[in-house]
Order: sequence, then C-alpha cells, then structure tokens
Amino acid sequence: MLPDSQDWSAVWLTLKLAATVTILLLCIGTPVAWWLARTRSRLRPVFSALVAMPLVLPPTVLGFYLLLLMGPHGPVGYLTQHLGLGLLPFSFTGLVVGSTLYSMPFVVQPVQNAIEAIGNRSLEVAATLRASPWDTFWSVIVPLARPGMLTGAILGFSHTVGEFGVVLMIGGNIPNKTQLVSVQIFNHVEAMEYAQAHWLAGGMVVFAFLVLVILYTLNPQALRK
Amino acid sequence: MNEEMISLRVKHAFAGFSLDVDLSLPGKGVTVLFGHSGSGKTTVLRCAAGLERAQQAHIALGDAVWQDTDKGIFVPTWQRSIGYVFQEASLFPHLNVRRNLAFGMKRTKAGGTLDDLFRVAEQLGINHLLDRAPDKLSGGERQRVAIARALLTRPRLLLMDEPLSALDMARKQEILPYLEQLHDRLEVPMLYVTHQIEEAAHLGDHLVLLDQGRVQASGPLAGVLARLDLPLARDQEGSVVIDATVEAHDTTWHLTHLRFPGGTIYVPQRDFAIGKSVRVRILARDVSIALSGDNPSSIQNRFACTVNDIAPADDAAQCLVGLRVGEVPLTARITHLSANQLGLAVGQQVWAQVKAVALLE
Repeated sequence: MLPDSQDWSAVWLTLKLAATVTILLLCIGTPVAWWLARTRSRLRPVFSALVAMPLVLPPTVLGFYLLLLMGPHGPVGYLTQHLGLGLLPFSFTGLVVGSTLYSMPFVVQPVQNAIEAIGNRSLEVAATLRASPWDTFWSVIVPLARPGMLTGAILGFSHTVGEFGVVLMIGGNIPNKTQLVSVQIFNHVEAMEYAQAHWLAGGMVVFAFLVLVILYTLNPQALRK
Repeated sequence: MNEEMISLRVKHAFAGFSLDVDLSLPGKGVTVLFGHSGSGKTTVLRCAAGLERAQQAHIALGDAVWQDTDKGIFVPTWQRSIGYVFQEASLFPHLNVRRNLAFGMKRTKAGGTLDDLFRVAEQLGINHLLDRAPDKLSGGERQRVAIARALLTRPRLLLMDEPLSALDMARKQEILPYLEQLHDRLEVPMLYVTHQIEEAAHLGDHLVLLDQGRVQASGPLAGVLARLDLPLARDQEGSVVIDATVEAHDTTWHLTHLRFPGGTIYVPQRDFAIGKSVRVRILARDVSIALSGDNPSSIQNRFACTVNDIAPADDAAQCLVGLRVGEVPLTARITHLSANQLGLAVGQQVWAQVKAVALLE
C-alpha cells in the first residue's frame, strides 16, 4: 500500500518543522556557542550543562516539563495567553519550541568547537585592522566557523526530523497539524499497516544515510570532534 | 605631521610579574624595546595597542589619548590608529593575500587606495603573490604580507612584536632589507620589540632596555649601547654602532671609505652610491688600544681617541674601556693586565685599533 495523503502531510510537516528549527538554532545557537567559547565566567559549566541536558535526558522528561510550562497553568502558558498567542502545546509553534530546545546541543557543540579552534589571535589581528567586534564576528568568525556551522545545521536538521518523544508529549498526534513522520510510523505500526510504515521508515533510513554521506563528504573532520 | 611624543606610562601586575614603566619616546624613527623574555617588552607593546588593558596607565600619541585610567579613558584597539605585526604568521586563513591586504585598508577612513596596495606590495616584494592563499606562502612571505597589511591602514604608530623571531636565519636576511627600507622611508614612528641585539643595532634609532618589568635605560641607540654601566656593554657581544656616509671608493685597493664625525672607516669595497648613509657595528672585543699611532700595523682602521671611562666586564680577566673618537663613542674590551701595562687613565689620549667592522646597511 502506497503512502496516503496523511502520510505526505506528515512528511511535509516534518520538513517544515526541521527547516524552521534549523534556522532558529543557527540564530540562537551561534551566539550561545560564541559566548560559551569565549567567556571566562564561572557560570560557564552551568550553561554548558544546561545546553547539553537534552543529550542525556529522556525526551519524555523534557516533553513533560515543557508541557507543564507551556500549559494553561504554567508560567510560559500564562505569558503566551496574555500576549494573545494562545497556548503552545498541540500547536506547530509548540513543536518548534520543543524541538529547538531538544536539538540545541547538536548545533551549539560543533559551532562552539569551531569558534574555539579559531583562537584569540585572529580576533586580535582583526582589531588591529580596525574591525569592530560586530564586524569581526561577520568577517572573521562566521567564515572561519562555517564548517562547524554547516555540521551543526545538518545535525540539527536531521535530529529534528528523527525526534519522537518530545513531539508526542507536547504535540500529540493531530493530523496535518502536529503529526510528524516519526509519530505516523508509530501509528501505522499500531494499526498493523506495515507496508505504509515501511515506506516512511525506509525513507527515514535512506534520508539519514544520505545526510551522513553529505556530512562526511563536505567536512570529514566534523564528526570526529 | 609634526613630531609627536609617544607617552607610555604603564603599571600592570599579573601572576608573579609586575610591569612599571614610564616612557616618553620620540614620535619618529624606530624605538627598539629590548629585553630578555619576561622583561615585559611585549606587554608594553600590547598595552600600547590596547590588546592588554593595563591596570593603571596613561598611553598617548601626541594629542590622542588612548588610555588614561585616571579619567576612565580606554580606546579599544580597533579605534586606535596603529599597525601591529605579530610574532608569528597572523594572516586570515580564509582570505587570499589581496584580501588580507585590503582587510584593514578598507576599514580605515584615511586608508590606502588600490594604487597604494600595489605600491606597498611591490615594495615588499609580494606583488606576485596577491592571489595566493596564506598556506601557500613561505614564512618570510607571510610576514611580509603581514607588514604590508599593517602599513596599508596608514597608521600613526607601527608596532612590531619580534616579527623575525619565528623565522630562520635565511628568512631573516630576506626581510631585514625591507625593514631597513621602511625605516628610511617611513614617517610614522615604530616600536619594535626584540631580544636580538643584532636586530636592534640594525634598525633602532632609540633604544629602551627592559628588565623584569622596569626600564633600565632609554635613549638614542648609539649612546645606550656605549654605556658601560649596562649589562648590554659588559656582555661578550657588547658593541657600538656608528652612523657614517659613503665618502669614496678606492678602486686600487678595493676599499670603500666611510666618513663619520671622528674620521674615516675603511671597509672592503661595496657597490654603494657616494653619500649613502650606512651604519656599522663594532664589537668591543674587536677593538684594541695602542699608546701611539705611528707603530706599523696591519690594522687600517685606527682612530685617535680619549679614554672616557673604564669599567669591569662580565669576566674577571677583562675590562671595558670607553673611548671617544671626537664625540663618537667606541668601546674596547681588553684584559686588566693590558690596561695596567698601558697605564690607562681617564682623559688619556690613545689610539683605538679596530680589527673588524660589520656593515649593517
């Protein structure tokens, strides 16, 4: 049995989510990585740990607390309601928030490594050549950290595509709205629709393989760090 | 631009080291900051650049105050009109030579133009490398690009932190002529950090000796080198420099005559234009003393002079004799025994015999 429209909708939604999250992660993750790479603050280990938490926590734990925070009685929930945004759980925006937090370490760590590898000297040189810190960020750091940012973007994207636990906890399983590929595979298996599950699951396998091939081709060092 | 003084008053303490200097340096020519590692010379330079924020400082170039801790002024590095050449290769790896050169130039309001870029590249012998990536350059080439890149921002002060120290002898010889050229041609003052006395003798006009974060001496290079109370003179390599001009060529005996205020120095013939300024370096151990000038000798460079000063050297057998050839200082390193046998005394008229002269330019 071929994939039906609900399956295609899940594929489309998954890609849309992953793209949105990747862009957000590059915008948020790069400054975070920059700060972690450069700071001498004693709080650095604390923030490093916070960013790395999703690596070790079961996704359901993160999803559970996000659900409470963003729910009608949670502080974030109050805020979004006050701002007229409504409630985030069981919406696409909620998925974006959850996935961004969950995939954060996959972007921050390679970017942070890349920025640390640039070292102080290039920044000092830029300053002696009249480049302001902001200018230096765009003209020296971003180009030199580009391989790390590319790695981070690819890892962030694919990780978002493959996520299941957080999504299920805060997004539920609403067709065309929050139903992603990973959840849809689960649905098909539950309903004994193995053929349809195969289409989606096999597609994921091929996708993951291609992503890694691209990553290793572009940047063979990236995953060794 | 009229001459502006460079004021460097810096107090800075960190991990077992304290720096306390108060320098007022001439706003033209090359000032060499000389000292051993750990003397604080690089820290002084980094404070001048604003790369290090001194705890207490007054740093100014003429009317431009770059740091004044009393008034809470600190101008960040990127707003100071400086050019800085680092010890090791510091080119941006993601930019080719041309873009490296243009990086600072296009960020400076009064910066160079494209014509300047080609002219400076030509002067430093790198115009054939413009499209190369930095990792395709030799160490010497990279350092020349770094120097050109600093010059193209048209700084009011050039700062060089041991720019030759990462290079081998051959590469040093490759760059020194360019630095000499700069010295001759450039109107902007330069602070040059080194621990190689040869480099200092080559390039310096003014010499600052630093030791453990304190200034030991600061003054015109020739004068400081000739001061017998400084460890620099007591060392085996103790020397003086004399600035001279090419006076004549003797084609019969293949000699070039160099005129200086105290007389004429003969060196093996060189292809120099008459009137060219040259600098020679004379090691104290290559100078001997005779009581009269008329005894036959194979040594051509002999000068009548006055004993100005006698001081101990760094080993027990030898002493240093400070001489004046007219007004020009010369140091001889001889044994105490000889000094005693010659009966040397301050004010005495003697002859200095110079066995070897190193031509620096």
